[in-house]
This record gives sequence, structure tokens and C-alpha cells, in this order.
Amino acid sequence: MIRVDVDLDLCASHGQCEFAAPEVFTLDDNADLAFVAEPGDDQAAAVRAAVRVCPTRAIRVVE
Amino acid sequence: MAAPLRRVVVVGASLAGTRAAEALRAEGFDGDLVVIGAEPHRPYDRPPLSKAFLGGAVTEDEIRLTDPAAASAGIEWRPGTQVTGVDLAARALKLASGQPVAFDGLVIASGAAAWVPSGLDTGLAGVHVLRTLDDARALRADLSAAPGRVVVIGAGFIGCELASTVRAAGLAVTVVEPGERPLQRVVGPLVGDRVQRMLADHGVHWKLGVTATRLRGERRVTGVELSDGTTVPADVVVVAVGVRPATQWLAGSGVDVRDGVRCDDTLRALDAAGRPVPGVVAAGDVARWPHPVFGGDVRVEHWTNAAMGAAVAARTLLDPEAAAPHDTLPSFWSDQCGVRIQGVGLPARGTEVEIAEGSLEDLKFLARYYHAGRQVAAVAMNMTKQLVREGRRIVDGRIAVELAGLPNRTTTK
Repeated sequence: MIRVDVDLDLCASHGQCEFAAPEVFTLDDNADLAFVAEPGDDQAAAVRAAVRVCPTRAIRVVE
Repeated sequence: MAAPLRRVVVVGASLAGTRAAEALRAEGFDGDLVVIGAEPHRPYDRPPLSKAFLGGAVTEDEIRLTDPAAASAGIEWRPGTQVTGVDLAARALKLASGQPVAFDGLVIASGAAAWVPSGLDTGLAGVHVLRTLDDARALRADLSAAPGRVVVIGAGFIGCELASTVRAAGLAVTVVEPGERPLQRVVGPLVGDRVQRMLADHGVHWKLGVTATRLRGERRVTGVELSDGTTVPADVVVVAVGVRPATQWLAGSGVDVRDGVRCDDTLRALDAAGRPVPGVVAAGDVARWPHPVFGGDVRVEHWTNAAMGAAVAARTLLDPEAAAPHDTLPSFWSDQCGVRIQGVGLPARGTEVEIAEGSLEDLKFLARYYHAGRQVAAVAMNMTKQLVREGRRIVDGRIAVELAGLPNRTTTK
């Protein structure tokens, strides 16, 4: 199982994570980020892509 | 099946090089891993250089690319080291120091360098480019020491961001651009015109449709002569006309370096005959490859392309037979005048543009770009949520075309 952690102080609402892993990350209409902290293993690859593509390196994964 | 790699050298220690090294370790590579960087610094992130770093809002420590913890992951960092050539048969790099560096796997991540047209390459004080941390430090120091009239030559992303940052600091700024509008090549006329007006509303002066032909001054620059015969007075000049792929060190190596390192779709470097060079991959600004979604070779100078391409190149290097294509859609962002501009796809290939949501006037909109009826890009201002969904539309549109049995390798440009 993977655990997702986002430093919301670093998050600058670029939305790249939502494109990489839309089942896990969602920006609301105010561009604030919501995310699933314990997504299923089928989301692991998408979450890793989201980690790579976050411009502020705000996302961490604990496996 | 080739023997497992024992020693991989990454040339380039910016985003693509750093990420490639980290990905090699993450994928289980446990041999020697060396990252060679031309600059004397630990890896850092470039996007803030023209924005928050230049404006003084973030420090050098805050733009580091690697954690101190990750620095000990068995990666040998060699900053301040110039690679001057490579002998692919002997599997060795040549350094400026004369020392050879052996490898059996090579990642080309040498990026691109700021380009200065002849005529503007004068050596006058007060004239800058903005690509590296040292460039940004020098420009920042000069803007504090000689706060006066700033002229930016070139209205791409760096030029526009610079103009925005310099205006926010209260300095007078003029942007000189040979095109009819800023960002013409990256976002097209409709959005480019809106960016021009937005910056003008913040006090940026424009000299459009003219070329900077010569710089005036004895020891320090005093002005920029334009192709219309006028001269713009200047205390500080920034040449921001673009970059060139940093491939000089590959000249004569056998790697095809016409407009960057030519690669296949899995980022294996190719020779002049189009054959993969064994054990050599490329990623980031320096790599040109056939994009699976768009067809035709692309070379993409965006942050996300370096971040994602590096991981693809690392996997390809470790296991070429299981390699996957680099199919990340090009995407970019730019922060100017407090407005976030974002794009996905290849707007330059669009021949028709529609405002799908919001309005240009409000600086809050989503624009879709089409070529031959198919969506090829989207660009938004302050509409991140809407833009995020556009990437999926572009890919799905492509899949629909392929399922319909239409040609899937059309080159549109």
C-alpha cells in the first residue's frame, strides 16, 4: 500500500498532479488541492508520475 | 541481451540529469553513477530564476533540486566540470582537464545554453543573459546597483517574465521583439496579444516588429539601437532571444546533433543513419524525439518535459527491450503580473483557436487550439482546473483518430 503526503505550504496549484493521477489529486474551484491519502495500489504508477511532475516538489510517497 | 551496465555517467546536472540519476537508482541500478555538471553549483531549479529568485522572494537554498539526504544515494556529483568530447567506441568522455571518464552507459542531459546573436555579443558591462544561477545573481546585483532603464531583447517566456519581475520592482522596462507580439511562437496571436496588453497595463513599453541591431556604450551599455533607426536608452540590457542545444561536445561523436540530440521515441540517441547508439540515451531540452501523440520530431524546452523524459531515458538505458515511449504531453506554465499562464500540447501547431471558457478581457480563460479539426493544445490564464482536463481531451482525440484507422503519423509541421 502507498501513502501520499502533500506539503500544502509548498503546493502552488499547478495542477500537474491532477493530470498525472486524476483519481488521487483534485483541484477545487479555488485551485486548492484535495487528495486521497491512501490510494489503491493500482494508482502507484500514476502517483509516482505526479511526484515527478510537481514543479514545487510538494508530494511525497511512503510505501 | 546486452550485459548489465556497471558504470553510468550523466552529462548535465540540471533537472533532466538529476532526475535521470535519481530514476536510475529508483529503478534498481546499483553500479557506479556519476553526474557531471558544467556549472559550479549543486543542482538547482531554473524556473524561479526569472521570477521569485530575481525578485528576491526566494533564496538559493530554496531552489535546490536535491535533498541533502538524496545526495548520499551513491551518486558521485562532479560540478564545475566541462565535458569537451566523447569517444563512443572507447566508451570515454573527454574533460577540459584532459582526464578521461569511462562509462558503459551514457545519459545526455546537457541542456541548452543562452544564445546571443553576433552584434549583441559585445562584452559591455550591464549586458546580461538569464539561463544560469550565476546569470541571475549577476543580473540581480546589477539591477540593485544600477536601478535605471532596463531593456529586454526578446519576448518569449523569459523576456516576458523578466519584464513582469522588473516592473514589480519599480524599474522602467522596454521589451524589443522582432515579431508582432510577445509569445507568438508559443501561444499564437490571440493569447500573445492579450499578454502584450496585460504587460503594457503594468507599465511595460513595447518595441514590436523591430530588431535590436547594436548596443551602444564605451565600457557600460547606454542604449540599444533598433532596426527602425531609433535608439532606446538603457542602463541594463538582458538578451533573451532563446537558447541553443548544448551539443558541441558531441560533435564528431557519431550522434546525430542537428537541432539537439536526435532520439527514437524511447529516447535512445540515434546516429546519422537513424540507428540507435548502444547504451546512450538523452533527455530534457537537448533531446529531439518523435512524439507518439503528435507525430513528427519535437524538441521541448519545458520543465515538465525534462522531469518526465529523464525517467523514460533511465528506464530505456537499463532495459532497452522493455522501453516505453516518451509520450508525456508538452506542458508549461508562466507567472506574469500575478497571472498564471498554463498550456498543454503544441499550441504552435494550432491553426484555429477558440475561447472555450471565460474571457480574454478578464485574464481568466481557456483557449483550445485545433489543427485540421483535431485539438492539439490548450492554453489558459488563471484556469488551472479547466486546463488540467485538456490534456486528456488531446490524448483521447488522438486515440479516436487512430481507432478510426486514419494515418497516425502525420507530420503537420
